[in-house]
Amino acid sequence: MSANDPRVHTALSDRDVVFIDGVRTPFGKAGDKGIYHGMRADDLAVKTVRELLRRNPNVPAQKVDEVAMAATTQTGDQGLTIGRTVGLLSGLPKSVPGYAIDRMCAGAMTAVTSTAGGIAFGSYDVVIAGGVEHMGNHPMGAGADPNPRFLAERIVDPQALNMGNTAENLHDRFPAITKERADRYAVSSQRKLAAAYEAGQIQPDLVPVASRRPGEGWKLNTADEPPRPGTTLEDLADLRTPFRAHGRVTAGNAAGLNDGATAALLTSGQAARELGLAARMRMVSFAFAGVDPDVMGYGPVPATEKALAKAGLGIQDIGLFEINEAFAVQVLSFLDHYGIDQDDPRVNRYGGAIAVGHPLASSGVRLMTQLARQFAEDSSVRYGITTMCIGLGMGGTVIWENPHHQDFGTEA
Amino acid sequence: MTHDFAAVAELMKDEIVTHSLAEEMTLPSGKTIVLITLDNGLDHTKPTTLGPNSLLELREVLTGLKQRAAAGEIDAVALTGKPYFLVAGADLSAVSNLKRAEDARAMAALGHATYDLLADLGVPTFSFINGLALGGGLEIALACTYRTVSAAAGALGLPESFLGLIPGWAGIYRLPRLIGPEAGLKVIIENPWNNNRTLSGPAAYKLGVADALFEPADFLEQSLQFADSVLTGDHVVQRPNTVDDSTVEGAARFQAAAEVSYRFIETKVSGAAPAPYKAIEVFRAGIGRSQRESARLEIDALTEMMATAQFHNTIYGFLDLVQRRSKRPAGAPDAKLARPVTKVGVVGAGLMASQLALLFVRRLQVPVVLTDLDQSRIDKGLGYIHGELDKQLAKGRMSQDSVNRAKALVSGSITKDVFADADFVIEAVFEELSVKKQVFAEVEDVVRPDCILATNTSSLSVTEMGRDLKHPERLVGFHFFNPVAVMPLLEISGTEWTDDSTLATAFSMGKTLRKTCVRTADSAAFVVNRVLLRLMSEVQAAFDEGTDALTADTALKPMGLPMTPFTLLAMVGLPVAQHVNESLNAAFGERFTVSKNLQSLIDHQIKALWIEDQNGQQVIDPKATSVMEFGNNPSSAEQVLIRVQDALAQEIGLLLDEGVVAEPQDVDLCMITGAGWPLHLGGITPYLDQVGASERVNGKKFHS
Repeated sequence: MSANDPRVHTALSDRDVVFIDGVRTPFGKAGDKGIYHGMRADDLAVKTVRELLRRNPNVPAQKVDEVAMAATTQTGDQGLTIGRTVGLLSGLPKSVPGYAIDRMCAGAMTAVTSTAGGIAFGSYDVVIAGGVEHMGNHPMGAGADPNPRFLAERIVDPQALNMGNTAENLHDRFPAITKERADRYAVSSQRKLAAAYEAGQIQPDLVPVASRRPGEGWKLNTADEPPRPGTTLEDLADLRTPFRAHGRVTAGNAAGLNDGATAALLTSGQAARELGLAARMRMVSFAFAGVDPDVMGYGPVPATEKALAKAGLGIQDIGLFEINEAFAVQVLSFLDHYGIDQDDPRVNRYGGAIAVGHPLASSGVRLMTQLARQFAEDSSVRYGITTMCIGLGMGGTVIWENPHHQDFGTEA
Repeated sequence: MTHDFAAVAELMKDEIVTHSLAEEMTLPSGKTIVLITLDNGLDHTKPTTLGPNSLLELREVLTGLKQRAAAGEIDAVALTGKPYFLVAGADLSAVSNLKRAEDARAMAALGHATYDLLADLGVPTFSFINGLALGGGLEIALACTYRTVSAAAGALGLPESFLGLIPGWAGIYRLPRLIGPEAGLKVIIENPWNNNRTLSGPAAYKLGVADALFEPADFLEQSLQFADSVLTGDHVVQRPNTVDDSTVEGAARFQAAAEVSYRFIETKVSGAAPAPYKAIEVFRAGIGRSQRESARLEIDALTEMMATAQFHNTIYGFLDLVQRRSKRPAGAPDAKLARPVTKVGVVGAGLMASQLALLFVRRLQVPVVLTDLDQSRIDKGLGYIHGELDKQLAKGRMSQDSVNRAKALVSGSITKDVFADADFVIEAVFEELSVKKQVFAEVEDVVRPDCILATNTSSLSVTEMGRDLKHPERLVGFHFFNPVAVMPLLEISGTEWTDDSTLATAFSMGKTLRKTCVRTADSAAFVVNRVLLRLMSEVQAAFDEGTDALTADTALKPMGLPMTPFTLLAMVGLPVAQHVNESLNAAFGERFTVSKNLQSLIDHQIKALWIEDQNGQQVIDPKATSVMEFGNNPSSAEQVLIRVQDALAQEIGLLLDEGVVAEPQDVDLCMITGAGWPLHLGGITPYLDQVGASERVNGKKFHS
């Protein structure tokens, strides 16, 4: 079936949650050398919202019921209820509401699941959900004031507030995950992303962004800045391990610090039918779960367990994985848990955050946008998941169904 | 002809250089475009301008790009600006400092030498008009092959003719051919001379100035996308408004449009400012010619205009006075001393009082209460205010909510006890000292001791009004000009008792009222009315001596004042003018004559010298001349003009000697903003210097 197939629309229930489209800005490196240095986060988010509406002219702007926009640090250019401000700055009618969401790295994912709940409940028909993080303007943890009780009552090891430390902890817990495996995984992430660029699988979901660094002229950014195609194991072998002397986590096998924004258009099954929108994914289930903050990266495992259980599916039913690569070790702990080879072709076909970057709250929608494109490319896959680890010990997983699959809409 | 561009650039060592920041990028189709950002590296409070160094840098960048275009390395070049500006135009202070004709000519030629590269680069050129584009800033866009404009771009226009120049960097040639001669000349002549009106982005797009209009949120991205679609041929630009002046019909339209503009400018300046005439002349001469031929005419014209007094006076009036001096009024005390004004009282509910109340409520947004002797006067005043607010609503200048708010804030009372909690009470009652003193005595019985008392007197002594006050330190002169909503000037005067806090509050209020505040001493009629009345007094005297009415009234035409003396007299009202004459005569003696003839007109209830005859022609009312007595010593128009020039030089000289204002600049600012005197006179004192009056009368110029 194609996504435009009338049978897809027929197969959708009125209250199904449907992923229509997703876009993102090219990701930049955070800091004064990055492409978005001097640019505002809200302006980045505006580009994505406008592009979504431009690409989907069948969606009248006044039909948008909600703009849910995530950011981890909600101050300055990411403050002032960013979903609302981005809606106004994007030229959406003033009647369209918006709000701000924070679940650190899973911000955009939570924007999607929260609005999905509203769609399923019948409160929304058309929503925009996304996230933005300008880590150059908002360094991780800036302005945070952790409660002293975390330490006094040993609720959270203060070390666990630094994500790199939790990645080292994960290596401790799973000795089978060596630095060599992590580096090998990172090399393949870079290789897969470069191949995806080569095949033109990344570019269609990017909105070009004009930016102007202080003292320079306007530039148009049409590609991600972080990737290092051609990275070899040798390149990674001698990198510094900044979180622990003689550790295993390096800048090479972890996602960087990045700037970027994403946004997705989701509708009810009914609205997709009425507006004639091609359904690119149907949401099957979602779940969030907590783990010990010390090993925050393990979060996707219990989250996926929960989501699979809600969907009545097993891991063997999942044909594609889009897992966020905050750290290679965290992806490997997930794959090892399910007995999936780290080179399994179902996993992160376009590479992942280690190569493309991870502007915290924006990444969830990138995973979904890429999964939607892979669904269209591969109608043999019926189910896919998007999953990610979350600071302070959490994981989030969303399971999606592929409308291109011949059994779409039938009982699993 | 070759020009020494480097020499001109060398003269401008202090130029704030607008850099040409070139970035190469690949468009979605794979085409290569170089985008030049014009940026002076400063924030939006410092507009980007083009001086010789800026132009030379751009020329160098474009020259390099032309070579790359020839080598097939690039497919297009585009130009845009820093946020809110494309370019604000030529660097006027730089241009006005060019003393030698060859430097002026080189500057004029440098613009062409630079812009011509954009017009003939070997690859298409684009201008993305992201914001303000005035004068040379719009002309740079016009030189490009294609243009996009942001829906948020404010202020597009060619104001040169108003500033004393012509749009001589090919704007005068390219714009009328792009959007038609009628619209072109509207932008070149009419808009500048109608309060410097400019075009918004959407308006410019509608006229055909730009080929595409995009919203500001992703203007640059969409403009680049547009450029790509034009380069690939996916989008074909349509220009339905272009007119070809090499055809007979086209040339006829150009001629007709020039005629319309000429008549328009005659009514506006009647020959007093050369630049708009020169612009029309160059426009006409360019009909049927090539752009290159026109360029030579433009360079000649610019060189000539840069040498005119009118250009230098305008730059002085516009940059030094209106833009700079008005922002930092001479003699204003520390703004920190200002007290908050949370309620205003207006004594009187007549037309002046109602205008004041309207202004206060709109700008201060605090309760404003008017008092008068009876309810019917108050109702009339409030009715006027409500009516004006409704007009604002109808024009879309105020929302219903803000009109509701304003109406709710204005009230009236027949007793003054409503002033008890006011912070500022201004009187606008009959211009009679005893009346005003009586009013202030009554007000002072009601108000707090620190409530500011202000008088809108035009010619009485503020000091005398304060003499019997219990708290004279809170009295200030606060003199507006009619019509209050339109005229920018506010003359603020203190007495020997007025304290700094009161003055600071007055200046702070004036700023909130968006007025140009000038501090004057408490001297009869302050600045504007004293100068105006002296002028009228001289013309009246010449008339009384036997000069015929038309000669007397049109003798000042070469000055290009906004209206003739007799028209001004009728507008002010003959009795009011005579009343002020009497005050000034009492204060300064016979320099201000109380004309018997004028009194006779008043006694016969004649309101104007000029009336319309049955054919609608302006004629002198025969009834008026019949009640006047004339001497037999007529003057020629030239004699009247010189007499007035000399009188003005004398009066302003005295006024400065008395310390009414600090400097001649203040007099000029007053005349520009309070009387609407033209910028091409520089207000007045530069003109008096230039015609020799200052030296004839005072033995020295006002400006060294």
